Amino acid sequence: MSSTNTPVNTLATGEVLLSFKDVGVHYGAIEAIKGVTFDVRKGEIVTLIGANGAGKTTTLRAVSGLVKVSKGSVTYKGETISNLDAHLIVRKRICQAPEGRGIFLNLSVEENLDLGAWAAPDKSTLKADLEHSFELFPRLKERRKQNAGTLSGGEQQMLAIARALMGHPELLLLDEPSLGLAPQIIERIFEIIQKINQEGKTVLLVEQNALQALQIAHQGVVLETGKVVTQGPARQLLASDEVRKAYLGE
Amino acid sequence: MLEFIQHLVNGLSVGSIYALIALGYTMVFGILQLINFAHGDVYMLGAFIGMYCARYFRLADNPSLGALLIAILFAMVGCAAVGYLIERLAYRPLRKSPRINVLITAVGVSLFLEFSGQLLFGSDPKFFPQIYRPSGDWSIGELRINPLQVIAFGISITLMTILQYIIFKTRLGRAMRAVSFNHDYASLMGIPTNQVISCTFMLGSALAGAAGVLVGLTYPKIEPLMGVMPGLKAFVAAVLGGIGNVTGAVVGAITLGLAEEMLVGYWAPTYRDALAFAILILILLFKPTGLFGSKRTEKV
Repeated sequence: MSSTNTPVNTLATGEVLLSFKDVGVHYGAIEAIKGVTFDVRKGEIVTLIGANGAGKTTTLRAVSGLVKVSKGSVTYKGETISNLDAHLIVRKRICQAPEGRGIFLNLSVEENLDLGAWAAPDKSTLKADLEHSFELFPRLKERRKQNAGTLSGGEQQMLAIARALMGHPELLLLDEPSLGLAPQIIERIFEIIQKINQEGKTVLLVEQNALQALQIAHQGVVLETGKVVTQGPARQLLASDEVRKAYLGE
Repeated sequence: MLEFIQHLVNGLSVGSIYALIALGYTMVFGILQLINFAHGDVYMLGAFIGMYCARYFRLADNPSLGALLIAILFAMVGCAAVGYLIERLAYRPLRKSPRINVLITAVGVSLFLEFSGQLLFGSDPKFFPQIYRPSGDWSIGELRINPLQVIAFGISITLMTILQYIIFKTRLGRAMRAVSFNHDYASLMGIPTNQVISCTFMLGSALAGAAGVLVGLTYPKIEPLMGVMPGLKAFVAAVLGGIGNVTGAVVGAITLGLAEEMLVGYWAPTYRDALAFAILILILLFKPTGLFGSKRTEKV
């Protein structure tokens, strides 16, 4: 990651887009997140970092409506979205590339992308959007007619991101896009995330790869066993001894 | 040779009926991983709806292909409504329950329909009105073919073609395939999964309804328990083809129909019903995924 990629703007200035207030989620008797509070401001990349089982994915699923919130509230543009059905939340232009990529392996690449536009507000831009995806990810164009199950892991991740973009998101949720990928591909994916952000999309990024995530993010939220232990500008977190020790392996 | 062709025609005709029913099993399994044991009874209801429709409109007074199509249309619409209600009232409340609960519920729904049928229609067999009566047999050389069988086969194939089109060429079909792959991922695309599941039940049930009328036409004795055996056989056909696979269900059903007919014709007529279960046991022992089924592998 070159230093020019490091965001300069670490001050929270934009309006609050997404807001978590004391959110709790239960899976049966198990409390996966316990009173999580943080904000995502428009135009930012916010990264949720933490160890396995810290509640990162659950937090993301609470935004997209895949889990029900048992306490607190999730608001988007001032409107409470907690406990709306997932397919209705997508219509608010919150799109997710889920954990494990969530590709429909039984459908072709193009069909996957078309599905991404299912809830898109304006269908007339479908063709142009498809072209834009292929610009970002030329490999997908070569393989558009192929079954998505034949793609490599990196290509599947690109497809997952491209598909999420087909829904014209204002807020893009990415769940561990670097998981299981080779270092060069991870670097490419992170560059693309930055590019998407520069095109004006707000990104909420869940990552285990804390170092790289904090390098491209504006804000960082550190989760531990379902609670926020620290949060702040990504640069500050990168510099903090505590974070370096616990998450950056130093 | 002549005899063989005769059996071939019979087998294809019976097989195509099994296929119409098997498709409903396999589609519902594909989308919910549920064996909808009430499906055979939906087929029974299709026959009765067809019968009452024929009586109401006096279709037997002017037997024609049009009359048959009207009866089929009513049976399909009626069964689609029944399928919708079954899913909405019995299965949807159990969406997050363990699978065994849903399975037991399916058996319960099946019994409910069978005995409600006995209560409503009476348990004695009813005569299905002759709403389409092509004159005489069609003969090609010495080969004599019952035109009803050909018509039934033709209508089945047409309906299956339409279904294939819906599944692979339409927006609804794409949504169905997405939901059958993974409900969560589909809802993240904005697909209303519950509505798609309802549509799947309605499509499958409509096909079973059509099958009910076609069977009523060719074997005109219908009764409330008539769905049990064809339902089980169609289930075997779906397993044979690889449950969850649409093409597999059709191939499995045609195979089963032909195998039954050959068994009856050349070897042991009394074992007709045993054959399906012998196939089921063999498939489960040696190739549980069926002819077209495959284990899903995911890349990490």
